[in-house]
Amino acid sequence: MVSDRPATSPHSASNPGDLGANRPMLSPLQVWDLTVAYQRTPVLWDVAFQVEPASLVAVVGPNGAGKSTLLRAILNLIPRTSGKIQIFGDEFSAQRRRVGYVPQRESVDWDFPVSVLDVVTMGLYREIGWLWPVRKQHRARAMEALNQVGIADLAHRQISHLSGGQQQRTFLARALAQNADLYLMDEPLAAVDAATELAIIQQLRAMKQQGKTCVVIHHDLQTVPEYFDSVLLLNMRVVASGPVAEVFTPENLQKTYGGRLTLLDEVSSAMRRQEKLL
Amino acid sequence: MGLDGWIWALDGWILVAAVLCAVSCSLLGNFLVLRGTSMLGDAISHAVLPGLAVAFWISGSRSGTGMFVAAVAAAVVTVFLIETLRRSAGVDRGASMGVVFTAMFALGMIMIVQVADHVDLDPNCVLYGSIELTPLDQWEIAGWLIPKAVVTLGVTLLLNGLFVALFYKELLLTTFDSDLADSMGFSSQVIHYGLMTLVAITAVASFESVGSVLVVAMMVVPPASALMMTDRLSGMLAWSAGLAALAAIMGHGSAIVVPSWFGMGSTLTSGMMAVSAGGILIVCGLVGSRRGLITRWVRQRAFAAQVAADDVLGFLFRLEERAKSTVLTTAATTGQKKSESITAQNPATAAQLSTNLGQSLPQCLRVLSGLVRRGEVEPSGSGYCLTSAGRRRAQLLVRSHRLWELYLVEQAQYEIDRIHEKAEAWEHVTDESMRESLDRATSQTALDPHGSQIPPEVERHNQ
Repeated sequence: MVSDRPATSPHSASNPGDLGANRPMLSPLQVWDLTVAYQRTPVLWDVAFQVEPASLVAVVGPNGAGKSTLLRAILNLIPRTSGKIQIFGDEFSAQRRRVGYVPQRESVDWDFPVSVLDVVTMGLYREIGWLWPVRKQHRARAMEALNQVGIADLAHRQISHLSGGQQQRTFLARALAQNADLYLMDEPLAAVDAATELAIIQQLRAMKQQGKTCVVIHHDLQTVPEYFDSVLLLNMRVVASGPVAEVFTPENLQKTYGGRLTLLDEVSSAMRRQEKLL
Repeated sequence: MGLDGWIWALDGWILVAAVLCAVSCSLLGNFLVLRGTSMLGDAISHAVLPGLAVAFWISGSRSGTGMFVAAVAAAVVTVFLIETLRRSAGVDRGASMGVVFTAMFALGMIMIVQVADHVDLDPNCVLYGSIELTPLDQWEIAGWLIPKAVVTLGVTLLLNGLFVALFYKELLLTTFDSDLADSMGFSSQVIHYGLMTLVAITAVASFESVGSVLVVAMMVVPPASALMMTDRLSGMLAWSAGLAALAAIMGHGSAIVVPSWFGMGSTLTSGMMAVSAGGILIVCGLVGSRRGLITRWVRQRAFAAQVAADDVLGFLFRLEERAKSTVLTTAATTGQKKSESITAQNPATAAQLSTNLGQSLPQCLRVLSGLVRRGEVEPSGSGYCLTSAGRRRAQLLVRSHRLWELYLVEQAQYEIDRIHEKAEAWEHVTDESMRESLDRATSQTALDPHGSQIPPEVERHNQ
């Protein structure tokens, strides 16, 4: 479940005293008033939401709504202008090993000279640690992950021979190998065949059964109610967030997709013009 | 002709220096090429110049560690400036490299000309190097006289080798997917700067021997060639090292040998090394297992031959089918029992195949003789007919073809007159598991959209 505002304040949530007792109840991801700007142009405005444990959350919004930026800001890959983010009630850097990331498929070079197994093994690098080499046991675990997504037979292929769906399965297998508790996935269902979509969704449900949480950028509005528990409607700011049944309404979708927030764009460029004059 | 001018005490050391230099450059070059920053090697090797000038200015001598440290520092500053320009001003990496390194190089040139004009710091030497002078400047180490350049380059190679071996996993991850690396806590910035520092050290160490132009050639060309030979990073590292060494050996050899063909004295080793590397790149481009032109051409020829053979088998199979059905109809009307032998009694002549398949007669004969050799077709009278092995293969082809036609009409809503061409192309690449999936995806009818029988799958262990 996602709610509009984090129930607890940043201060009480990070109280280290009840960390042990409250662990299962801790929200995997809480965001307060997050603002992110590229070259002084804000792409996310005062974003706030929180995610319930063991849930599948869709992040939905038009192109340029800042969906990928949101995930990248949570992962500390880009600096944020303001705001606070907590992972399991803690700083990201302290909870790094509990967070898995599935980047957009296009973000890597699929002509790279590595095998499918090599890519999946990357999910274990954090566990292996700096300087230590990959060992047999790690390759075995990567194979296991490939088995789970049904492409174990492709393990030793070079990745340029994969179809779009197989690439996406490779990334999912890498995430599985990572064995995190919170996953941030950037369009894992983009341009995949029906069989792959089903396989990935089944895998996500299995992960939820194990108590894991997945925040998934999703582009297909029709399948949101079927696949996800809750939804975050995003268009530079949070239009609505919460259980799909409550929040995923025609009015909210209209608000989300009814054009970019041109006024916000306008005011920020006016601000920049002003600053240049000063 | 030949290596008459070869003197081991001189040429041996030159060769060792050339190989050490080429291999250390190419090891790091792999990651520059894969990161799409090949020209960073170029940028760095030029940008160390002001560092060299400043060090000379301060110490007044051309050799020593001060020079080395200053050059590496200048290189790290260059990398930092390039990254900063890229990140904060949004200039793309190529452009920011161009801006920073030309400025640094120009600055270095001015400093050398102004300050070090009267001394032995020759800009030409920086560009082209002087590997021929390697054996003249020696150090005594444990009673051995070893050229200084060989010692420096040896240490550089050791450093680079250790770096790549120890940080193999980190280099792989940050090069392939820097976002994931950063999210996991493997800082791609740290690895980037580590790599760049070593590139700088390598460039400075190689300077005197081979010059900055060849440093760039050795960082980019052997890895680019290696990438055509393999599809694994470890393989690429090995290939690039081997090819770099080969370029060095060929370079020095040909520097001595080639000019003598034209009645001239020996030429620059470094120049011939770059030329050799270029030659190696072309050869790899032709024969490379990954994207080699010749390899691809051979594969295409093999596939074309398979398609031609498939077509002949498919035609013979359809001919048998037609004959069988006529015989069966006749048998039904005349009340005869159906005969097993009818299937074998339908030879087609080469001329007949040629007209029907649109292949030339010699082409058809060639395909037929291949099929006869493989025991899939046998001569019968004036024509050819299928053997049982050929019939099995043909049956699978026709099955694939008709399953595809059925699938296209039922599942993809194709018009019936547009399905044949697609099925004709796809039947050659359809394997058993694909046929199974097709069979499952289509209705369990026995007839294709044209009304022909879809033959059953051949039993695998049916001899």
